[in-house]
Amino acid sequence: MSPRRPPLPPAPPGVSRRIVLSFLVSAAGAVGFAVTYGLGGNTRWEGVCLAVAFAGLATGLATWGRRLVPAGGYVEEHEGFTPPPVEQALTAEELTAPDSPIRRRGLLGALALALSALGVAALFPLRSLLPWDRPRPDEALKTTPWRPGVRLVTAEGRPLRPEDVPEETVVGVFPEGAVDAGDAPAFAVRLRPERFTRPPAGGHLDGLVVYSLLCTHAGCPVRLYLHGTGRVLCPCHQSSFDLFAGARPVAGPAARPLPGLPVEVGPDGFLRARGDFTAPPGAGFWSWP
Amino acid sequence: MIVDRFVRAVDDRLRLSPITRKALAKVFPDHWSFMLGEIALYSFVALILTGVYLTFFFDASSADRVYRGSYAPLDGSSTSAAYASTVRLSWDVRAGLLIRQTHHWAALVFVAAIVVHLIRVFFTGAFRKPRELNWFVGVTMLTLALANGFTGYSMPDDLVSGLGLRIIVSVVESIPLVGSWLVFLALGGEFPSDEMIPRLFISHVFLVPALLVALVSVHLAMIVRQKHTQFPGPGRTEHNVVGSRLWPSYTLRSLALFAWVLAVLFALGGLVQINPVWLYGPFSPAQATSPAQPDWYVAWGDGALRLFPPWEPRIGDYLVPAPFVPGVVVGGVTFLALYAWPFLERLRTHDRRRHHLLDRPRDHPVRMGVGVAALTFYAVLVVAAGDDIIARLLRIPVYDLLSVFRVLVLVLPLLTGALAFLLARALRRGDAARLGDLTRADLAAARGREPPPAAEEPEQPARDRTGERIELWPEGEVWRWRYQDPDAGVTLVGNRAAPTEEEAVAAARLAYPGVDRVVVPGPPPAAPPGRVRTALRRGTDLVMGVSLLVAALRQRRGRRGPDGPA
Repeated sequence: MSPRRPPLPPAPPGVSRRIVLSFLVSAAGAVGFAVTYGLGGNTRWEGVCLAVAFAGLATGLATWGRRLVPAGGYVEEHEGFTPPPVEQALTAEELTAPDSPIRRRGLLGALALALSALGVAALFPLRSLLPWDRPRPDEALKTTPWRPGVRLVTAEGRPLRPEDVPEETVVGVFPEGAVDAGDAPAFAVRLRPERFTRPPAGGHLDGLVVYSLLCTHAGCPVRLYLHGTGRVLCPCHQSSFDLFAGARPVAGPAARPLPGLPVEVGPDGFLRARGDFTAPPGAGFWSWP
Repeated sequence: MIVDRFVRAVDDRLRLSPITRKALAKVFPDHWSFMLGEIALYSFVALILTGVYLTFFFDASSADRVYRGSYAPLDGSSTSAAYASTVRLSWDVRAGLLIRQTHHWAALVFVAAIVVHLIRVFFTGAFRKPRELNWFVGVTMLTLALANGFTGYSMPDDLVSGLGLRIIVSVVESIPLVGSWLVFLALGGEFPSDEMIPRLFISHVFLVPALLVALVSVHLAMIVRQKHTQFPGPGRTEHNVVGSRLWPSYTLRSLALFAWVLAVLFALGGLVQINPVWLYGPFSPAQATSPAQPDWYVAWGDGALRLFPPWEPRIGDYLVPAPFVPGVVVGGVTFLALYAWPFLERLRTHDRRRHHLLDRPRDHPVRMGVGVAALTFYAVLVVAAGDDIIARLLRIPVYDLLSVFRVLVLVLPLLTGALAFLLARALRRGDAARLGDLTRADLAAARGREPPPAAEEPEQPARDRTGERIELWPEGEVWRWRYQDPDAGVTLVGNRAAPTEEEAVAAARLAYPGVDRVVVPGPPPAAPPGRVRTALRRGTDLVMGVSLLVAALRQRRGRRGPDGPA
């Protein structure tokens, strides 16, 4: 037990007062928070009160730590990180003693075999993360709910006639019965056929073309239609596609055209698909055809 | 005396006092840059506290749910349970929005503090032997922090988070051979799957935080074991740490920093709106918002995706999609380079010594150049992630801006890196103390080959420096020691009392090998320097001093009175 060290001289009187004041402010902030909460809550005032409470605490503690206790002027030794060679040798000797398991190479090999087998076996159940009854990635990525005869509907599920797509307006279309599917969103737009510089991949109905809505760069919906230019723009990375030229990418990081959707008018007068997209929609993948 | 009795009771049972005494006396260097890691630590604590609160209200499910609550535009609409509960949490749970916004701000500050801490450690060479392991732990924590930030951002199932998730999914899908399998295993099917949100949730609130807690513990344990680094200075050697002790000085200061962090986070959480998911609307695969910017710490990836040219090579029958290079390769190389840096540097310098004294950034011009070039590269990427906004503000076409950025991202790092390299060299070779003091002669000296090294820089203070000495003295039953260098005006006291003279000598010898030791009788005349004492001395008032002394003596006698000497 060390004897008591002489007490520090009393602090300059202002310091203690400032610390007490800080803590009082902090307490006031805490009370303010509780009252604000009790009165029905207000995000702004709750935040301000808590900030004041913690700021008061911080100022008080910081002043205390700076002014009332010794700061600086101490030195602590490193216990030396150069390991004594003798000690290292002893440790090595201990580990490799004649009866040490490390020396039984054959047994160790068998043990390693067993452990690696267990390790590999333990990986198998990870395959269940993708349930076995669901399609494998390549198949799922290459197909969408669009099939011959599936009608084009709006986001609300209303089927569309060709007249419902006015000129120079983009209409979002979805496969009937699968409006929420992640890979199916498409858009229909009516363009002047004489301005086509390349035939649309999915064909057109008197200028009406349907393309996948998903950007071929990273899969964002190309929602921005630049009026009059026949171009659509992706808001995520600014890829732009020219609808007059078969929706080929004209600027930005996308490298492939938007897949088209072949459509026809069904006997009921509504638009329907003649098949799936002309290519897998959205971002590319390794086995992209 | 309750504390006294409590301490005795605990020590009687657990015998903790030797460890505790050493821990309380642990010395921390007094430099602001050592606080950056602590800011990260305290933001992490804030993240856990606010995050636990949020889990009581968040419903991690993509099942349909009808939102009923006080946010009128969505009242009665059917969305995913995750989205509905997030809106509910923000509008109908009292203090919910405050905690949610504070959580989000804490995440931003957490990653920022880690990055700034990493920059500090990099430029001062604190990662060198023996601290490479802690560098790896730190870099791993950065990756986990980024991952957890992203999963947290994606969970509310709002429009912006859904877009972000879709982009990440596309990036992972672009990995040759295994990409689509990775995505399908992670999501349980094609994006957007029903399993997605529950899986994001469990990794966000359990898997990654558990790993982070474990790694934070390892990080701190290694710091305690290896002790802090310090900047060079009088009395500072490769064998000691100079600064203030954990108790009481750093306990108070560190708690103050914790409170400051919380104060700032709650102020931000209360006053600055962040991620208003009710405005974005629920996720729908056919909807997008513009402009769309991610949280700042993924912006470099977003910028890279924007800048990379439309290039999708085919390997045989297979496609390497456009996001592969900017998304996977740039990110992968970044972290590989971070992990490998200590070894890369050692390959060049052949420096295998242990270092406890830090470099000044200028001491290592190559590191300086590489570091500045890398920072410039990422800074350009981050700015490029806002090219649509900049284009709108400057009223110039976004594609012109894109071309400018494509050039800048390659050229600017080379320029800044070369400049930093030359300036560091000029500072090192000349005698300018700061950047502003550089003369034309210094700059001229920076060019050309390295002059032959004058002499091996002494690792320890010169032994023949007059006046430098260690003083030891008995104080009651224990021994204390201090280091004195009158020329530099430095007096440093050993951080703890030693039970015997031998132990005091051993500690002093470890801290200052080769410095003469003398035993002095009784406590040395000058008290250990402290701001209070300095302040007192400055306002010297004889009467005041005498009365203080009398008061102190009386107090001491008074304390000894009733319970006798302790």
